[in-house]
Amino acid sequence: MANDAILDANNVTIRFGGLTAVCDFNFEIRPHELVGLIGPNGAGKTTIFNMITGVYKPTEGTIHVGGMDTREMRPYQITSLGIARTFQNIRLFKELSVLDNVKIGGHIHYKYSGTSAVLHTNRFRDAEAGAEEQALRLLDIFGLAHRAHDAARNLPYGDQRRLEIARALAARPKLLLLDEPAAGLNDSETRALMATIHDIRDRFDIAILLIEHNMELVMGICERIVVLNFGKTIAEGTPEAIRANNDVIEAYLGEPAETVDL
Amino acid sequence: MPKRWWLRDFIFLIAYIGLLYGVWIALEYAAVYWPSMRYYNRILVLMGINITLAVSLNIINGHAGQFSLGHAGFMAVGAYGSAYLTVYYFGPYVEKLAEGSVQRVVWQNVLLLVAIVTGAIVSAIAGYIVGLPSLRLRGDYLAIVTLGFGEIIRVLILNIDKVGAARGLTGIPAWSNFFWVFFFCGLTILISHRLVHSSVGRAFLAVREDQIAAEAMGVDTTRYKVKAFIIGSCLAGVAGALFAHYTPAYLNPTMFTFIKSFEVVAMVVLGGLGSISGSIVAAIILTFLPEGLRAIKDYMPGGRDPRMVVYSIMLIVLMLTRPQGLFGRKELWQFLPKRKDRIPTEPRDAGENKLDRDAAPPVT
Repeated sequence: MANDAILDANNVTIRFGGLTAVCDFNFEIRPHELVGLIGPNGAGKTTIFNMITGVYKPTEGTIHVGGMDTREMRPYQITSLGIARTFQNIRLFKELSVLDNVKIGGHIHYKYSGTSAVLHTNRFRDAEAGAEEQALRLLDIFGLAHRAHDAARNLPYGDQRRLEIARALAARPKLLLLDEPAAGLNDSETRALMATIHDIRDRFDIAILLIEHNMELVMGICERIVVLNFGKTIAEGTPEAIRANNDVIEAYLGEPAETVDL
Repeated sequence: MPKRWWLRDFIFLIAYIGLLYGVWIALEYAAVYWPSMRYYNRILVLMGINITLAVSLNIINGHAGQFSLGHAGFMAVGAYGSAYLTVYYFGPYVEKLAEGSVQRVVWQNVLLLVAIVTGAIVSAIAGYIVGLPSLRLRGDYLAIVTLGFGEIIRVLILNIDKVGAARGLTGIPAWSNFFWVFFFCGLTILISHRLVHSSVGRAFLAVREDQIAAEAMGVDTTRYKVKAFIIGSCLAGVAGALFAHYTPAYLNPTMFTFIKSFEVVAMVVLGGLGSISGSIVAAIILTFLPEGLRAIKDYMPGGRDPRMVVYSIMLIVLMLTRPQGLFGRKELWQFLPKRKDRIPTEPRDAGENKLDRDAAPPVT
């Protein structure tokens, strides 16, 4: 794959028994892009995330991350290629502190042996100082620094969502996958989140692929949108093109209608 | 950044050794004047071994969240592994040296250390072998496998004549003492404490909390699960080796049944899974409790011993009132009033770091 795409999915298909969850999915994302992945419930969006991150193996097709074939890789190896994600149903390390959550996010960048940890060598001290510094900086950005020592489960829901993004960013990804980041947020929170997503893309210079049902958010910030229905890509293009696309409207509303306004 | 990172630790180590040595000598002298102190010294040493066991199991069960019921097995491997060396090789060698000579004292302790380290290594290998199924199994299934492992070890020992089989292993030199037990007990606590406050320990905790999320954060869950088993079993092997060489310095396979494993699990669970200080306190309580309950026997008709009944009832009551264990997941000092200087109460002034969220109303 001699191109500069961060992620390159070719003819990816996955079947669970007789069910073809995703069929012949082709997708590419380049640095600094902000792409939305939308579709009705059960369209296969999260399945695609799970294939990209290695939780599921595609039945057919290949996924390349930074030019590397990820077929034989475990999720943690794919993470070190520069992909980090959040989860649809928040998966924070609930009992751990907010700070530790973010520190674990930076795990791949601050590693040392157990012996170093027990002896408190300089290597350990440097790495820990670095991890702490990075974690606090990220928490600062997300306005969570004052709760650094609280258990993650004690955060309000919106803060938990943002903590998950902070934790993913600690892995310093090239591509950030956000699975329904606005789920359960109210309007003002969603608007704040839109600004945040846009801002972190520029600040960290990363590409973002997000799954979202909130059309205002998707249409508002994504530069490109991919629409799935029953595991198949039915449309791809700019928000304007998607808005006007009859297949999309049909997928969402069942029959041609004036506007997609959910 | 201090260049000589080891200096502070080294000073603490010397101070710790000095302190232990002082206490040990004092206890020995006390035993000379008050013979009943011998009994308390003995309980104290057994307590030290139990603390080591509980803290090491806490790494596997509490930190990494892999429920192991085979700790007696690891302990047995360490005990028999080290005792084999001292009975057949080290003991006879030291016997040849003149009684009371400096040479003898030095060799005795050096060889004891070698035996302990060997026991620990053999145990760590056993831990690696048992850790492997934990990659595929979770929860109850892993518990059953580790339980089975413990029994396998016991039955193996029962069939090896060289280590005494069912007769038990006799003739072990009684080289272990208060000093060595608490030296390694302190070491175990230190290792456990420092690990959990490092990237390794955080990886353990991440595996315990959510394996899928941990993998997504780049944590090689397989590797860390096995690592937890290796470290935990290695330290259990140390406890086993110390136990083997402590008076009466006799080993028997019946000492390492699953009941012993459950005893250690009870300590960890009672103290609160994941809490190091909880494990320590629970180990202290559960070592002294059965001893303290001996007195009840005197009031029972016919001299029946209701100790285990009372012990069980107390455990049940404790688990009913505090199902999360004495300390939950917290450490002892976390119950103290928080130090204000460490926790910023106000959001830090983010300055230029702060995201431009003015476009949106404040998030509450």
